[in-house]
Amino acid sequence: MSITDMTAVEVAAAIRAGKMTAVEAAEAMLARIEEQDKRYNCYVTVDRAGALAQAREVQAKIRAGELTGPLAGVPVAVKDNMCTEGLLTTCSSKILGNFVPAYTAEAVLKLKEAGAVILGKTNMDEFAMGSTTETSAYGVTRNPWNTGHVPGGSSGGSAAAVAAGECCYALGSDTGGSIRQPASYCGVVGMKPTYGTVSRYGLIAYGSSLDQIGPLTKDVTDCAAVLEAIASHDEKDSTSVERQDTDFTSALVEDVKGMRIGIPNDYLGDGLDEEVKAAVLKAAADLEGKGAVVERFDLSLVEYAIPTYYTIAAAEASSNLERFDGIKYGYRTEAYAGLHSMYKKSRSEGFGEEVKRRIMLGSFVLSSGYYDAYYLKALRVKALIKKAFDEAFAKYDVILGPVAPTTAPELGYSLLDPIRMYLGDIYTIAVNLAGLPGISLPCGIDKNGLPIGLQLIGDCFQEKKLIQTAYTYERLRGGFPSGKDQEINSPEPDEKEECRHE
Amino acid sequence: MANIISDETIEYVGILAKLELSAEEKEQAKADMGRMLDYIDKLGELDTTGVEPLSHVFPVQNVFREDVVTNSDMREELLGNAPEQKDGMFMVPRTFE
Amino acid sequence: MSKMLQDELSNYETVIGLEVHVELATKTKIFCGCSTAFGAEPNTQTCPVCTGMPGSLPVLNKQVLEYAIAVGLATDCEITRYAKFDRKNYFYPDNPQNYQISQLYLPICRNGGVEIETEEGGVKTVGIHEIHMEEDAGKLIHDEWEDCSLVDYNRSGVPLIEIVSEPDMRSAEEVIAYLEKLRLIIQYLGASDCKLQEGSMRADVNLSVRKTGAAQFGTRTEMKNLNSFKAIARAIAGETKRQIDLIESGEKVIQETRRWDDTKGESYAMRSKEDAQDYRYFPDPDLVPVAVSEEMLEQIRAKQPEFRNEKMKRYKEEFDIPDYDIEIITGSKHMADLFEAATAICGQPKKVSNWLMGETMRLMKEKETDAQDLSFSPENLAKLIGLADAKVINGSVAKEVFEVMFEEDIDPEQYVEEKGLRTVNDEGALRKTIAEVIAANPRSVEDYRNGKEKAIGFLVGQTMKAMKGKADPGAVNQILREECRK
Repeated sequence: MSITDMTAVEVAAAIRAGKMTAVEAAEAMLARIEEQDKRYNCYVTVDRAGALAQAREVQAKIRAGELTGPLAGVPVAVKDNMCTEGLLTTCSSKILGNFVPAYTAEAVLKLKEAGAVILGKTNMDEFAMGSTTETSAYGVTRNPWNTGHVPGGSSGGSAAAVAAGECCYALGSDTGGSIRQPASYCGVVGMKPTYGTVSRYGLIAYGSSLDQIGPLTKDVTDCAAVLEAIASHDEKDSTSVERQDTDFTSALVEDVKGMRIGIPNDYLGDGLDEEVKAAVLKAAADLEGKGAVVERFDLSLVEYAIPTYYTIAAAEASSNLERFDGIKYGYRTEAYAGLHSMYKKSRSEGFGEEVKRRIMLGSFVLSSGYYDAYYLKALRVKALIKKAFDEAFAKYDVILGPVAPTTAPELGYSLLDPIRMYLGDIYTIAVNLAGLPGISLPCGIDKNGLPIGLQLIGDCFQEKKLIQTAYTYERLRGGFPSGKDQEINSPEPDEKEECRHE
Repeated sequence: MANIISDETIEYVGILAKLELSAEEKEQAKADMGRMLDYIDKLGELDTTGVEPLSHVFPVQNVFREDVVTNSDMREELLGNAPEQKDGMFMVPRTFE
Repeated sequence: MSKMLQDELSNYETVIGLEVHVELATKTKIFCGCSTAFGAEPNTQTCPVCTGMPGSLPVLNKQVLEYAIAVGLATDCEITRYAKFDRKNYFYPDNPQNYQISQLYLPICRNGGVEIETEEGGVKTVGIHEIHMEEDAGKLIHDEWEDCSLVDYNRSGVPLIEIVSEPDMRSAEEVIAYLEKLRLIIQYLGASDCKLQEGSMRADVNLSVRKTGAAQFGTRTEMKNLNSFKAIARAIAGETKRQIDLIESGEKVIQETRRWDDTKGESYAMRSKEDAQDYRYFPDPDLVPVAVSEEMLEQIRAKQPEFRNEKMKRYKEEFDIPDYDIEIITGSKHMADLFEAATAICGQPKKVSNWLMGETMRLMKEKETDAQDLSFSPENLAKLIGLADAKVINGSVAKEVFEVMFEEDIDPEQYVEEKGLRTVNDEGALRKTIAEVIAANPRSVEDYRNGKEKAIGFLVGQTMKAMKGKADPGAVNQILREECRK
């Protein structure tokens, strides 16, 4: 079996068994990136030398018996909004085009402790603002299932890299669906953990109260293993939660007997593609067949999640992105007249359109006279949304629904209308507002040959229930095709601008 | 469109956000912001009287550090990304009038 | 002052409120583990957090909270049981994140006050609106050569409390009395050294004027850059006059921030069209709320030191020293500490007090030293008292030694030995010198014999001089009298 057909846990097992070395695994991945990433543009930076050096080091430790974990020696890709010491970290923005961090994000450190080999940094929507990976300053990423379509976003590079076999698994971040939605579009598994489960230290913030790092993997087993590796209580992150139940792989149990599953009627209404709906309901029926108790219910407030989210996320982003000012790091404009001109020109030239749009909106909703009407109002609605979920979880163990209203749209389609793009987040966004865990896994393929995602949402700290349900479903569903095998269906992409850093 | 964003407002927000928009960008920003605010105004449909604004989803509180020095000098690494530096400091356009 | 101006001033009342920033005496910064030690090379006490590196996150230093609560309790404030931090957004290069973490909506302390003595000898309460915790900014240095500014973030993230008073003060004297009171309380708590010159205590003055008896306040201005009590007094006088002149000439006072230039004796507006003064405060999502429990409050209460009034009362009971001395000594926490420690060692409160009230005060005045900066140790003061008591050195040598101690905190015992300052107790040598002095000054001896008591003083002086000061003046006096009468 080729390494590109193996899951992360399988690769690690092969390395432990001496059937393969960590260096061979890294080399195979690097060769694959070399061969096909011009086509997909999953990576902003590929760290060939660094990856091979890490692989040699990790291999020595595995041999010496110092590294025995389920991910030791496995090559991984990291979204380019997580700081990596000595390795370019751009957030897919021109403003950080030359930024080399002095420290490594805690989640990435956790992976390194587990013996991961970091191949490089993946493309994303600039500062994670977008749902298609088209707002990147370093070119769009293409969906391996069909290069005429987007991979989703903002963790589109990570999702596409997993689907294209350009890494064994990847880290993404999810502020309003940015792991789950690209996972769904690319036919892979993606999980957003409960807020506070994975340290945000070193994750370049977009919406601090919503951001959470999580895994993008080939299957649920890998997802549980990766989450187990990166979950930690970090004293450097005040919002990090101390929890004892992070042995997520213990939940890889094929059993949903008596599991109470609720399907919000609000998630099956207008705007939902019929094929997506059918696939999601089929998945629910399959789980019911295995003994789960499946019910429809009214979640309520679903339509208010998006305006609430955009108010809060834009407000936080407007403040979080103030530090990009051309003084300490990143882009500084060439010519300016005085301090304020330097600020304005550096920022206006350094940020892309969507980022500027959200900064403007965020600055406005926090400004004098509007704070109460917009920002505080949104925080009040957030409280109501949280309450609606609390009530739902009093009745159900898991909420089931689609990830997105449609499968991956064509390139360029979403950019025509920002609000239409925002609407695509309708099923994922409330999960971030309420701090809940959510998982996305493939449940079908539409008539265009694009994957359909199933979303399972759990109550706070109930990742294990999600993993158990997802694992059971995955076993029922059986093998799912990989994006890398669909290339044949894709049109040849146009010559794209080559912006990748090597 | 219910929310009409004036030139003054866009100018003002530009000062707050330290963004300089071209005439064309300004028109686009006015239209975009107006539409977004129309959309956000949907929240006005909900009665939130007596609802406490929720900033943190869990009641996590009192996270402290002890008052112990843990950091050592990392000036070179931190200055390494500065567009301009001098004498171990970040160089900026003059701030005194 | 001309009669007209005086009339003009007396028709108006000055209304003053203060915003006092105090740098807390923690070892580390408010949100990261960087040292706060003063005087390090630029940017050597920085990390990703206090330089605003992408992805870095703040974690609150517990000591900052405890100091802020301690100051709040000592100034009669209500302690907010559920407090939060907010971001104050504004762009400036000394502010690495371009937002300052501060407290607006739920500050840690509110509704307090301190009592000050007024000029008329009465007591007045100056209300404290709130006390909040926040981070200090970095330092900007102007580089003339390159015509640019340079940023040093060593001070970025040093913890501050901002004490916001009510507009309860009516004169520069009241302002200074209030500041001195605050300073003393905070020094007693050990929460800060409160040095205006070094910037560990900074006061911004909010000032407005109104016609005497008017019910409404006038428009106020905020004045910054006040580095001494004298500058504060001058700035208040200058701004009061400026505002009255404006009103008298039919113009309006504009609400603005002004920078005081103490050398020129005038202020100017710090205005800029790029300064919108709209800080877009919102709760910092990176920090979690602070819930102050009853136990936490009790622990801090239990650790509160003895404040000045209690100390004065105790001194009166315990030590036989004048009330005036008690007032001066307890007027500085450091001096009170010196007094108590030296007394504990030598058991002679009166003598310790005399040294502090006499030579110490004289030298402080001469050398313009603040009581907080006295550097000699109580051990050495006690040793010096011991040396004088045992007549190892005489009084004038003791003063001489003390002056060196005041400057360098030397060990007086060692110093006396090294410099050979011990009193000569060899009576033979003394008698020999006295015989020489008598022989050399026959007229003075004659005068003394004729009843001129003063003449003995001259002869004692001559003897001490001949002995290079190292004789016991009492013994010299006694022997001289004997010899003269012979």
